[in-house]
Amino acid sequence: MTEIVIAGLVNGILIGGVYALVALGLTLIYGVLHIVNFAHGSLLMVAMFAAWLLAEKAGLSPYAALPVVSLGMFALGWALYRFVIGRVSRGEDRAILLATLGVAVVLDNLFLTIFGGDTRQIETDLTFAMWEIGPLLLSVPKLIAFVVSLALATALWAFMARTDTGRAIRAVAKEPEGARLMGIRPDRIFALAYGIGIACLGAAACLLLPSFFVSPHVGNVFVLVAFTIVVLGGMGSFPGAVVGGLLIGVTESLGGLVLGESLGPIGISLVFIAVLLFRPTGLFGAAR
Amino acid sequence: MLEVTNLHAGYGPFAVLHGLNLTVPPGEIVALLGANGAGKTTLNRALSGLIRPTAGTITFDGTDITAARHDSIVRAGLIHVPEGRKIFPNLTVRDNLLLGAYLRGRPNRTRNLARVLDIFPRLAERLTQLAGSMSGGEQQMLAIGRGLMAEPRLLILDEPSLGLSPILTEELFALIARLNADGLAILLVEQNVMQSLAIAHRASVIEHGGIALAGPAAELADDPGLKTAYLGLT
Repeated sequence: MTEIVIAGLVNGILIGGVYALVALGLTLIYGVLHIVNFAHGSLLMVAMFAAWLLAEKAGLSPYAALPVVSLGMFALGWALYRFVIGRVSRGEDRAILLATLGVAVVLDNLFLTIFGGDTRQIETDLTFAMWEIGPLLLSVPKLIAFVVSLALATALWAFMARTDTGRAIRAVAKEPEGARLMGIRPDRIFALAYGIGIACLGAAACLLLPSFFVSPHVGNVFVLVAFTIVVLGGMGSFPGAVVGGLLIGVTESLGGLVLGESLGPIGISLVFIAVLLFRPTGLFGAAR
Repeated sequence: MLEVTNLHAGYGPFAVLHGLNLTVPPGEIVALLGANGAGKTTLNRALSGLIRPTAGTITFDGTDITAARHDSIVRAGLIHVPEGRKIFPNLTVRDNLLLGAYLRGRPNRTRNLARVLDIFPRLAERLTQLAGSMSGGEQQMLAIGRGLMAEPRLLILDEPSLGLSPILTEELFALIARLNADGLAILLVEQNVMQSLAIAHRASVIEHGGIALAGPAAELADDPGLKTAYLGLT
């Protein structure tokens, strides 16, 4: 029995690492900039198709494709904000919501038209690779995803805390007019930050691909979980996103074990409600 | 140094400034006095490029900046410390100050920071504290300190004494006089008429979006009609 629980725990932590990866970009976009990014799941899907195409047509391993896909996603995110979301919304919350939702609808259906509704998968040498530690079997791609999500969270945290651009992002989110008076251009900062958030999805997609399927609807699997993690961890906190991701992963895994597959996901909502009940600002959220 | 000629500006269909003229000579403090709603803040927003004037010209250091973007105005050295401070409450004091020098190079930033902390020792004690958790007086120091980080050649101070105690207000005016003694030109927008006139070289009274009265500060201070006629004070 204990072995099953431990296996469930470890598996949950690994899944949680993947969730955290998807949530990191959203932490920047939604947690820091307060852009309700409904297009997050769809952009993850786009990135996964990009990684899949590179693997299928060019024979590039997803891990090797990671820098390329991330850079491409940065450019896509930057352009989306600069030419669509920023322009349509003019900084108004309601309009941002509709703009990102619109982007999501367009992308989902565009990819459905081009690729059809089938799920696709690639097989790399690592897809079924397992790492054996005592009685435990660890999936290698998930382990890699887990480690990279930790590294990425640390890098993002350092970027936000230590660089001029990071400071400017935090400043613009709270006090855009004060920022303009210091010569900061909020429109540029927003586009840049949105691009960085979407670039995180590029990394997430490449790390997901070896152990996950691709379809035009794949974003739906992650997007609600990602929003939950961002709020649970504390809006805008990168350590919070990682811990939140792990908590959700473990809850889901153990919930499935105890309550069964169909009733298991209820655990996520229970944990979410419990955390917000006792810590309304989230696990790592600053008091406001 | 700053030359505002026949300036018209406002918000959409609401015109606030109707042909305003104002001069700030180099190295001087010019006090801009006026009741609430006279157009002081609108003028400042137009000067710093936050709103675009509908007519007239603004010349800074011989360059026409009427249609310039806010960041090029900051780069030119026209720095606006706004009413209500607009510091970044979620950032530390240090990060607030560093962002003041956003458009300046790294070596300058280190030098400016040392200078600002020399002027405001209180900020040096609170570098790692979140700006939003400080008292109103400290926040005002931070706002001015952040402005100084940007290497101003002309500093606009919009209602810096608002909400400060009489003692802090006195300290603030002494500081403004000291900054000016080092050669910094200052446009001081204030409701504290007598204290402003005491440190200013010149003063202008703004009313209904135009300058109603202007002259050397000492003369205006002796003008018996100043308070009643233009500032709505009794």
